Amino acid sequence: MTTAFIGQPVSRVDGRQKVTGAARYAAEFDLPRQAHGAIVRSTVANGRIASIDSAAAERGPGVVAVLTHRNAPRLPYSPHKGAVDPQVGERLHVLQDDRVSHQGQPIALVIADTVEQARHAAALVRVTYTPESWTTDITRVAPVQPTQQKTDQGEVRPPATRRGDPEGALASAEVKVEQTYIHPRENHNPIEMHATIAAWDGDRLTLWDKTQWVHNTAEEIAAVFGIPAQNVRVISPFVGGAFGSSLRTWPHVTLAALGARAAGRPVKVMLSRREMYYGVGYRPHTVQQVALGASRDGRLAAIMHDGYQETSTYEEFSEALLNASRFLYSCPNVDTRHRLARMNVHTPTYMRAPGEASGVFALESAMDELAVALNMDPVELRLLNEPERDEFKKLPFSSRSTRACYRAAAERFGWSRRSAQPRSMRDGRLLIGWGMATATYPMNFAPASAMARLLPDGTAEVTSAASDMGPGTWTSMTQVAAEALGLPIERVKFVLGDTRLPNAPVHGGSLTMASVGSAVQAACRKAREDALARGGANDLLEAVRRIGQPVEASVDTNPGDESQRFSMHAFGAVFVEVAVDPDLGETRVRSMVGAYGAGRIVNPKLTRSQCIGGMIGGIGMALMEHAVLDARNGRVPNANLAEYPVPVHADTPPVMEAIFVEEHDLHVNPLGVKGVGEIAMVGVAPAITNAIFHATGKRIRELPATPDKLL
Amino acid sequence: MHPFTLERPRDLPAALAFGAQAGRNDAPAEYIAGGTDMVQLLQEYVRRPDRLISLAGLLDNRVEIGPQGLRLGAAATMADVAAHPRIIEQFPVISEALLNSASPQVRNQATMGGNLLQRTRCPYFRDVGYAACNKRAPGSGCAAVGGENRWHAVLGTSEHCIAANPSDLAVALVALGASVEVRRAGGDRTVPLAEFHRLPGDAPHLETVLEPGEVITAITVPASPMARRSHYLKVRDRASFEFAVVSAAVALDMDGGTIRQARVALGGVGTKPWRVPRVEAALAGGGLDPAALRRAAALAADGAQGRGHNDFKIELMQRAIVRAVEIAGARA
Repeated sequence: MTTAFIGQPVSRVDGRQKVTGAARYAAEFDLPRQAHGAIVRSTVANGRIASIDSAAAERGPGVVAVLTHRNAPRLPYSPHKGAVDPQVGERLHVLQDDRVSHQGQPIALVIADTVEQARHAAALVRVTYTPESWTTDITRVAPVQPTQQKTDQGEVRPPATRRGDPEGALASAEVKVEQTYIHPRENHNPIEMHATIAAWDGDRLTLWDKTQWVHNTAEEIAAVFGIPAQNVRVISPFVGGAFGSSLRTWPHVTLAALGARAAGRPVKVMLSRREMYYGVGYRPHTVQQVALGASRDGRLAAIMHDGYQETSTYEEFSEALLNASRFLYSCPNVDTRHRLARMNVHTPTYMRAPGEASGVFALESAMDELAVALNMDPVELRLLNEPERDEFKKLPFSSRSTRACYRAAAERFGWSRRSAQPRSMRDGRLLIGWGMATATYPMNFAPASAMARLLPDGTAEVTSAASDMGPGTWTSMTQVAAEALGLPIERVKFVLGDTRLPNAPVHGGSLTMASVGSAVQAACRKAREDALARGGANDLLEAVRRIGQPVEASVDTNPGDESQRFSMHAFGAVFVEVAVDPDLGETRVRSMVGAYGAGRIVNPKLTRSQCIGGMIGGIGMALMEHAVLDARNGRVPNANLAEYPVPVHADTPPVMEAIFVEEHDLHVNPLGVKGVGEIAMVGVAPAITNAIFHATGKRIRELPATPDKLL
Repeated sequence: MHPFTLERPRDLPAALAFGAQAGRNDAPAEYIAGGTDMVQLLQEYVRRPDRLISLAGLLDNRVEIGPQGLRLGAAATMADVAAHPRIIEQFPVISEALLNSASPQVRNQATMGGNLLQRTRCPYFRDVGYAACNKRAPGSGCAAVGGENRWHAVLGTSEHCIAANPSDLAVALVALGASVEVRRAGGDRTVPLAEFHRLPGDAPHLETVLEPGEVITAITVPASPMARRSHYLKVRDRASFEFAVVSAAVALDMDGGTIRQARVALGGVGTKPWRVPRVEAALAGGGLDPAALRRAAALAADGAQGRGHNDFKIELMQRAIVRAVEIAGARA
């Protein structure tokens, strides 16, 4: 019997639960005596609450309480910044004073017996404001330097970097591209909307919450309420998509706990789809200027990348917008500068491939423009500027498979048949375009813990407080555990999503497989070794039977000094065919091939799904997604799924392939994995807009590429 | 949602006796059929009727095709009408308009009568966080004029309202000269669909000519050989499940390569389903050569007014007409 499960296309161990509805999501853990909370949200962008009349709401049927800043208890809001929180600024405090800093800010919580009663009573709360001048038009904001501040986590990301003489090199470059690229605000729009159930038992709190990081939710809520973190238990076994929206602990979690305390009974708070555009963060609107200078033979002489993004008035959220521009290509003269546009909006947050998705759109669009200016094949241009090492960090890459990715994807796609001239490929009336872009995302590896427990009957339970927002953590960890234990998969039960389990890092930044996977592997190996030693047998089943009681092993894994020695990233290449109707301006993606060098692939079936999902997300980013900010007042008029389109099946091309090039990286982490969650989203949008240029001769520098931009 | 009483009358006369009125926000009672739009409006407090009168089981849901033409019972679902073999054969523009609308789940539930009465997708109408909406709250102003208006109409607008009518079906039907059969306590009346919806003018809250206590019972489409050579073209940001950015319904009577007669209507651009008689007249007698089609289509822009973000629709709708005529003209 083989127990070599790593690398096998194992089907989801939780698949049956999901498709039969047995999997329970945050809002489905209904409790006895549970009440419901509905949030009243502000309708001004800045100012003070002049009056709140909650009398009618309080008289509403089933209403238990109406909490506002006037009667809500003052909360300690002790300092706490998790790795997912902006390191500069202070999180929004709810119901603590009369200040309103953005549209949709929670200003009251209505608690009632049923959700209908709560929501109706919330609509009866009458609020007047004393508005103050506000800033909601990004075209009129002067972007500022981010504040430099030392934090517990160390130095914040440098807002500006520089090597060589970029201005001089650009001025004397034989060929130049200088353009501005705009990425609009995007919302995550997971299918499962955010929900929290809060239940107090004395000063102990249990939260059933949609979260990508149970321990951080516990720590944040503990800090908000001034109680020890160990008093807060957070349970979150399933997450119905998140894409980053449930990394931070948003105000509604605090409101659920506050409401439960005030009501003296459990309280559930569920956000509506419209509230999702105000109550959780979003990918910020970004404006980026890229200047590239090159020699006539295509060697990059200068890269200047200056970008700014929206953030709130109370926190500085910075994306890694410029990271890739610092090392993706070989270039002696590089300048990057990051700035923030502070506005009366709520704080943006991480959304799948935060920073890289937007930043690489700008860089890879500019690279395509440079290839056109040089009359050079875009793959050729990239190969020509392939660096030997990370020229920013001045470190060797732990592994870098860009060449293999270009080759594999180009071959599968049939790139060699491309005719270079724009508008030279047709299918009947339609203009056909082929485009490509490079993708990259850092390999993140964070401390993690896991526990393995071998039972006398030859089964095992393996635990870590990780999360599974969809990629398949339940399954991949079961594979790693079964292989390390040397047990059949059916005999291994992996459990996640509960603060009672060993600590896991955030389920974001594509680090779960590397971090939790390494801990699971180590814990399982240790449990096996212990059992074999104690049982005095070479056969594990025989050993645990002899021991006759559970054998437990807990392991904490920590990154070593590899990040001081290597630059560690996943790399990839995306090739796309689009068809553009030249009369009607509609663009549809016809095929997409992504090749990724992402280290070891634990489960090719799940990883393919994850990559296809990311590519489809990229189609949304390229062609349709745009949370419109009404510059007059900061509301999002299209805060729904009808006027904020995300790709549907009909937008998904018949040909979608994800290729994983062979990559053995011994440096990154014990499992040799790099993660693919984010990189699958990177490069897709520029590959599509580059293909649109090839089809039409029109360069789309402001996303999304809707029909109006192609007439 | 605002608390309401759901009335389940035994028969249609009992339903009519409630005197409910569709399509205006100050009506205290409203009828509900498939509910696919109404429930959204209720949930978001856009509509706050005290009473909802259910029409479930009270209305004809048959599809009948005879020598006089087509009769669609008001309760026929979008799915049933779209899949009807003789509609696909004889009235393709209707089937295509429906199949390009919504999703299969919605089409299984939504009715013909309700489709004509669905409310605008204007996001300012649908977000009660905006105080100003003359349609929702008469006299409160219009947040769309001067706002984000890519979704909005360029034809039939007024300074009080630029909301676009969202129905695809109505565009196809108005091109075919359909009529609406309306029942009230005193009897029946028939209203040409072209006169069924009102222009916003200075009273955008009045969307149709329906009076209190009136219900759509059927839609009739006169028999016409043109209907066979018809096409519905819809332009949108994504490939499915989205309201029209711009759409065009075209029906042609051809004599060889010559257009004897044409019917053309537009969606996504009008405050009501927008027929363009001047385009039809210009197409009649001409052929299918692109230059002639473009000249005829240009007449659609007569009176069109963009508000910034939606300026492109004026050009795009002309192109949609040209394409739809080309496709319909190529049909056997």
